[in-house]
Amino acid sequence: MKKENVIVAEALTKAFGDFKAVNAISFEVKKGEIFGFLGANGAGKTTAMKMLIGISKPSSGNAKVAGFDVYNQTESIKKNIGYMSQKFTLYDDLTVKENITFFGGIYGLSRAKIREKRAQLVSELGLEGISNKLVGSLPLGWKQKLSFSVSLLHEPKIVFLDEPTGGVDPITRRQFWEMIYKAADQGTTIFVTTHYMDEAEYCERVSIVVEGRIEALDTPKKLKEQFKVDSMNDVFLKLARNIE
Amino acid sequence: MGIRLSNISKSYKKVKAVQNISFNVQPGELFGLIGPDGAGKTTIFRILTTLLFPDEGSASVAGFDVVRDYKAIRKSVGYMPGRFSLYQDLTVEENLTFFATIFGTTIEENYDLIEDIYVQIEPFKDRRAGKLSGGMKQKLALSCALIHKPKVLFLDEPTTGVDPVSRKEFWEMLKRLQKKEITILVSTPYMDEAALCDRIALIQDGEILEIDAPEAIVKKFPKTIYNVGANNMYKLIQTLQNYEHLYSVFPFGEFVHYTDKRDSIETADLKLYLENEGLTDISIGVTQPNIEDVFMELAK
Repeated sequence: MKKENVIVAEALTKAFGDFKAVNAISFEVKKGEIFGFLGANGAGKTTAMKMLIGISKPSSGNAKVAGFDVYNQTESIKKNIGYMSQKFTLYDDLTVKENITFFGGIYGLSRAKIREKRAQLVSELGLEGISNKLVGSLPLGWKQKLSFSVSLLHEPKIVFLDEPTGGVDPITRRQFWEMIYKAADQGTTIFVTTHYMDEAEYCERVSIVVEGRIEALDTPKKLKEQFKVDSMNDVFLKLARNIE
Repeated sequence: MGIRLSNISKSYKKVKAVQNISFNVQPGELFGLIGPDGAGKTTIFRILTTLLFPDEGSASVAGFDVVRDYKAIRKSVGYMPGRFSLYQDLTVEENLTFFATIFGTTIEENYDLIEDIYVQIEPFKDRRAGKLSGGMKQKLALSCALIHKPKVLFLDEPTTGVDPVSRKEFWEMLKRLQKKEITILVSTPYMDEAALCDRIALIQDGEILEIDAPEAIVKKFPKTIYNVGANNMYKLIQTLQNYEHLYSVFPFGEFVHYTDKRDSIETADLKLYLENEGLTDISIGVTQPNIEDVFMELAK
């Protein structure tokens, strides 16, 4: 059974003057896949991600996200994806419920749908006791779990996670990954960046970006075989060192 | 002449940031505060660098009391806060000169101390600090914190958000600094960095869970840990969570770490259970605990 591709990038490039921040990257991501997008600081990950979510126009190359073109169908892309950044982007001065209602409204869900989603989300995250508390008062781990759930409110085909677990405690980090697995199991495609190399192992396939190019792309198992090392950390160190 | 904290507590209104914290850092030691965001690490740094008064308890740095002798402490410590706090509008060289001047010294006087780090950013010495990459900012901040040859160096999450290659380089720099008889207190949310410290304190919700050498801390782990692998990670975790003898299961890279309620187990029984639940490619083997296992057990 061949699954459909929900992200297709062909020679996607972004140049700032003479500098190619993203240099002709090509890859496909399948429906329901957990796709890791790794790279050193400044390798071009964020620039590539900005093009894929429709907020930065490529200099050349092509890409389709959820079936829509990154040049002229960016509004459709935004409606069909979720995005969660490392920086917390819910409203600290609104309660848990108010945040859900607000973002549900932004995504154009009906009132009935918002009510249904709100109840479901509060119960799934175990937030019953605190659903009327201001989000600003919650511990970081809960905020991140809530952010992730909110990014899935409109049932997007793909969700982009930019270092979702930075600074989170180890238990919450793992609970977060269980949420990711669950979403993927239900058919949502996960596109994730991380600096935790154990998390790279949780991805079905991993791409490693070095100076704007994808230098490696495969399952964690095959990458470790290819570079003859025991961990993704060593794969990463080998690749990033070689360029110096 | 290192660092000493005795029953330090600090609250912000109703929130208890740190409670009854005590530990000592020996002169020349590389000591790690290991814990997630919100654990209270930054509050401890601010108290030790005399930027915040403790509500209770006492502390000293390089032999000076943090309340009474605050001026002496400020002269003898270097502090690199978690947030980049150099002057974005000054160039690399201007920032360094500024900090040297403030402390009544010159770049030349202590150049040997920073040389190893500074040479990596020297090609960009005329660039404004705000225009540097993350890794270069970090190296400049460390150079500025060292330029007056401090006795004690405080580094608050210097590697957060930094990629594994730059993190590794940063720790190599710290090891070299330690040889120059500088006491270092460093905090990090990355548990794998704990192994690089002489001793560590595991901290969560304002309380210390454990203090010891990293090797000693992992030795104390009370249970046998099994690395379990199977064809489907999500299903493996769910299946183990329903196993009657389960004590804990956490994903660790390509395997999960499984512990059992019983003292000894037959791995064949566990394998059979997983097979009956429809999992394939099952592997089970004993593995050594690491700091993250210990942290999760203590934080439970």
